[in-house]
Amino acid sequence: MTTKLFGEPVRRREDARLIVGRGRYLDDIGHTALAAAFVRSPHAHARITGIDVDGALDVEGLVAIYTYEDLTGPMAEPLPVLIPHPQLTEPRTGYPLAREVVRHVGEPVVMVVATDRYVAEDAAERIVVTYDELPVVVGVDAAYEARAAVHDDVPDNVAARHHQETGDVEPALAASPRTLSFTQYIERSASMPMEGRGVHARWDADDRSLRVYSSTQASTSVRAAIAAKLDLSLDTVEVIAPDVGGGFGVKIVHPWPEELLVPMAAIALGQEVKWAEDRREHFISSAHERQQRQDVTVGFDDEGRVTALDVHVLHDNGAYTPYGIIVPIITATQLVGPYVIPVYRVRVDSVYTNTVIVTPYRGAGRPQACYAMERTMDRIADELGLDRAVVRERNLIQPDQFPYDHHLTFQDGRPVIYDSGDYPGLLDKLRTLADWSSADVLRDEAAARGKLLGIGMAMYVEGTGPGPYEGGHVQVLGSGKVLVSTGLTSQGQGHETAFAQIVASELGVPIEDVEVTTGDTRRFAYAVGTFASRAAVMSGNAIALAARGVREKALRIAADVLEADPGDLEIDEGLVQVRGTPGASIPLRTVAVLSNPLRYAFDEAAKQATQFTTHDDSKPPVAEGDAPGLEHRDYYSPIRSTFASGAHAAVVEIDPETWEIDVVRYAVVHDCGNVVNPMIVEGQVHGGVAQGVAGALYERMAYDADGQLQNASYMDFLMPYASEVPDVDIDHQQTPSPLNPLGIKGAGEAGVIPGTAAIASAIEDAVGRRITSMPISPTELYDLMRSEDSETTATAARRAGTGVMA
Amino acid sequence: MTSVDTERTITVTVNGVPREATVPVRRLLSDALRHDLGLTGTHVGCEHGVCGACTVLVDGDPVRSCLMLAVQVAGRTVTTVEGLARDDHQGGQVLHPVQEAFRECHALQCGFCTPGFLMTIAAGLEKRDPAAELTEEEVDDMVGGNLCRCTGYANIKKAVHTAAATMKDAR
Amino acid sequence: MKPAPFRYADPGTLDEALAVLSAEGAGAKVLAGGQSLLPLLSMRLAAPATLVDINGVPGLDAVEVTGDGVTVGALVRHNALLHDDAAARVQPLLARATANVAHPAIRNRGTTVGSIAHADPSGEMTSVLALTDGSVTVATPSGPSTVEWRDLFVGPLETSISGPAVVTSAFFPALPPRSGTAFAEIARRKGDYAVCGAGVVVTLDEDQRVAAVRASYVSVGLTPEVHDLTDAVIGSPVEKADWTAAGELARTLVDPDGDIHASADYRRLLVGVLTGRTLAEAAAEAAAAVTRE
Repeated sequence: MTTKLFGEPVRRREDARLIVGRGRYLDDIGHTALAAAFVRSPHAHARITGIDVDGALDVEGLVAIYTYEDLTGPMAEPLPVLIPHPQLTEPRTGYPLAREVVRHVGEPVVMVVATDRYVAEDAAERIVVTYDELPVVVGVDAAYEARAAVHDDVPDNVAARHHQETGDVEPALAASPRTLSFTQYIERSASMPMEGRGVHARWDADDRSLRVYSSTQASTSVRAAIAAKLDLSLDTVEVIAPDVGGGFGVKIVHPWPEELLVPMAAIALGQEVKWAEDRREHFISSAHERQQRQDVTVGFDDEGRVTALDVHVLHDNGAYTPYGIIVPIITATQLVGPYVIPVYRVRVDSVYTNTVIVTPYRGAGRPQACYAMERTMDRIADELGLDRAVVRERNLIQPDQFPYDHHLTFQDGRPVIYDSGDYPGLLDKLRTLADWSSADVLRDEAAARGKLLGIGMAMYVEGTGPGPYEGGHVQVLGSGKVLVSTGLTSQGQGHETAFAQIVASELGVPIEDVEVTTGDTRRFAYAVGTFASRAAVMSGNAIALAARGVREKALRIAADVLEADPGDLEIDEGLVQVRGTPGASIPLRTVAVLSNPLRYAFDEAAKQATQFTTHDDSKPPVAEGDAPGLEHRDYYSPIRSTFASGAHAAVVEIDPETWEIDVVRYAVVHDCGNVVNPMIVEGQVHGGVAQGVAGALYERMAYDADGQLQNASYMDFLMPYASEVPDVDIDHQQTPSPLNPLGIKGAGEAGVIPGTAAIASAIEDAVGRRITSMPISPTELYDLMRSEDSETTATAARRAGTGVMA
Repeated sequence: MTSVDTERTITVTVNGVPREATVPVRRLLSDALRHDLGLTGTHVGCEHGVCGACTVLVDGDPVRSCLMLAVQVAGRTVTTVEGLARDDHQGGQVLHPVQEAFRECHALQCGFCTPGFLMTIAAGLEKRDPAAELTEEEVDDMVGGNLCRCTGYANIKKAVHTAAATMKDAR
Repeated sequence: MKPAPFRYADPGTLDEALAVLSAEGAGAKVLAGGQSLLPLLSMRLAAPATLVDINGVPGLDAVEVTGDGVTVGALVRHNALLHDDAAARVQPLLARATANVAHPAIRNRGTTVGSIAHADPSGEMTSVLALTDGSVTVATPSGPSTVEWRDLFVGPLETSISGPAVVTSAFFPALPPRSGTAFAEIARRKGDYAVCGAGVVVTLDEDQRVAAVRASYVSVGLTPEVHDLTDAVIGSPVEKADWTAAGELARTLVDPDGDIHASADYRRLLVGVLTGRTLAEAAAEAAAAVTRE
């Protein structure tokens, strides 16, 4: 019997090439290609008064220089607003190369193409762009004050006002036994994949066709965008995502200017052109995420049950809105978390600033949402003198309440209806895993060592696997090899393995026979992309359906040959056999051969399928409604997202002399429904937690008031090394999704979501001062501890014996 | 008199094979390996010496190849990730224990930083007494200078232990 | 992020190196380990006309240890100094500080003398050179000269050395008798440049009373400075010395700057804390040294 590989920790198949240096990433392609480099704006906001390229012209090896003036047709138009929304009333996007005004440091102004990147940079360095500087807007508060405007025609800097409510919040708050209000901030970080973005384009002048490799999370849509912008017929453009060195969201944005300009140059020059982003470019021209100001008012009763919640979010969308308002919508709708919130109102003002655009970074608005809700829970507990876990417990949606309708509209335009979950189960497991009840013992033990110890927790619900659809294609060859393709892309999630496990299990073939291709428009042209923890849910289910289609056809053909009922057949180890009748069998590869009646016997296998091997003259070789080949294409299009969930706890130790913060323990309970490959899921959790800790304690985009990014290098942007990432304890819960055939929920982003909230809670618990701005560094904690304005928590006052005992 | 050049032809032994390349003197070793010698397994993550993705061995010691000029390895020995596995003399390769361990422990996701980790860990493991107990300090030294954005490092550290155990057993 | 064009020479002798430096003029720069220089080149924050690579110059890779101190040649890598037991016995601060320099792959290539010549106030070895009252030897076309640390560091990334010159070695005097040392850093990430670092030397008299206390800091101030903290604890029996008071004194003597990683106030706080902690450690070592006598 074939091992059912679904659910097994199968070793990754992609590793075979990656551990020997045979991966093929963007910059590994096209070693004879010309290289592009960009002159980027050194100013956050300025009017371009002149571009003088003369100094560059005598650089040996220079091939071409492009400015906005060289753009024609659709290329001269603004970049698309990729995700329009009725409430995004003032969408603005840049041009592939800046036209007249630059609105953030790093905006591309001139493209240089030369024989190699060194020479391209030499030429770029000699191009003189002159600017008249304009007033700069940095930070949500400054944007909202609107003393200066990022876009002349948007004087209040507000790109969108998003508003949802589930009832009349003001009377509900007025009727609440208790209320509290607070304001808090969360800062920017960024996806920061180890491989930056990159594009390689090759124009075949004879064939008049274009092949583009892009380090992207959305090759099908990049293809469509290139065709539209360069006035090419879609069938003449193919886009391939090669091995991609991490994405985490930044590569879902498209078309990036470079994704259009590099192909444009390749066509114009008739030569291969490549641009591989360097790290400095990545910092100042690729997307960031996370900055928000959150004003929260919550009503609750004496037991800590929430009666009403009113949230105002000021969201920094950077200089442009190519990706719409997806991030703040996710914040707005995921904020309610695992809780029953009887009346909820959320208002988002998404504002322009003279900084790099803000688009999804792993978590995509959810870490901010979790931070708002979970810190609210902490505040309620503090106010009432209750255990923070108990307050959460009293507000949780119960297992018998599913499907649970929050009466909100999600990022995909679909209702926020939680499909399944067991939130009390998560909380119980977390309390055990994190040893929640022993916190006081740990605190005393740490105090004896001169350290301040605190514990915090955070829970979340994550909408995963949004539509509209993904597809899968499964084809069995006469060799027995099974080719699988899907249009969405991979950036390290192990799709080649997980999707192969699904096919091997569904089809009954050895996994070694299965080959998976992702993100190649030559193989599968209909797709959406890899984001929102959707690959396993969307493509996984589509591929499962495709494999089931192949299985059905294989059984039908085999039933004919074996003169059996298809219902009596099974496929195991690539052999179709009559159940319980040893010997009555046919290899699946032979079925594949027979499925395609042939005229020409080009090899031994084909010989079995030529026209003289079938003898039934009464039927056409290919039956009506049938198609040659043992293959099937299918799509999965969900009615709405499926909602994964989890709970994290962090224990921090703080040195009260240096205010260094050490996460000494980190516990994760995780529920993503049925799991295809637990090894891969745990890997996703580990990676997410590292980014969560990074966002809480280390990473930020340090813009100064002039809009200059002060830490645009790995030296000063503190992406954690191994030494900064805590060990993680993981426990699992599996609540299958009733929405999809495989019962799975997404797992890619979960790990990062509660980090900021849980760690803020733990630090607050340790030091007894209110934490209202994250991330927090030792120098900031020192400032907080000696500030007269910082608020002492009621819990700390109680512990000190000076407060009112609860 | 010492020559002062803008371009040089260098000979360097890479993965046991003498190679010759003519490079501008400003060419970084990382670029020379990747673009002049076609060894694209060495990856470039930051070009300012912080991430470690470009780590290779020069005369057996791990160094950042983005922080050396190609002309500086003239006459020396360079090992890249492509040279980490041994030839099995039957047309195949025997992976280094750390390569095996990375796969076994799911110590890589996107794989971009992986070559740098493999090189620094392999060098660290080769230099130590395989019989000695592997300490966390040793592990930190082997992995602590390289950035990974995918894994959270837990499985990379696990892979170091696994590889060390393999090398101990194979002693 | 690719270096701008430059010319390159790799002379085989010191004389040739000086000749090339002379011939190439003010745009020429010496390349040793390159671990600080190469990033500057790739970011095009530095664009020397000529790099004179001294890695092929013989005789510069030795660590010479005498009773007087340790002479570290220009091509001695951090990693070699870190593991030089003889050097550590004569001047323990060398290994203690070097252990805080970046990560192993950088230490394999970067040189101690190079980081001193780079004169980064965030560098550990500049601080140690000052604390030990060291000097460097500079080869010039007119012959070698010795430059005391006080005369060497002019500003951040700036030394008094100009014209054709190669820093051929650094000399770190031996630890005085009845002395102990300690070195500690606080960095945001392990291996990063320190937010604040402290190196200290405590010297006792024969009666285990504090005779002298000196400290030098990393990432505090524009150039390395040595602060005499003796007054705070002088004459105090070592086991009763109030190292916190010495830390407090240190806080009043330093003048740190703020940046995105730490405010000036926070650095001042750390100066106090690290001073107190390192002094306690160094004093214990000094006391043990006195006991051994």
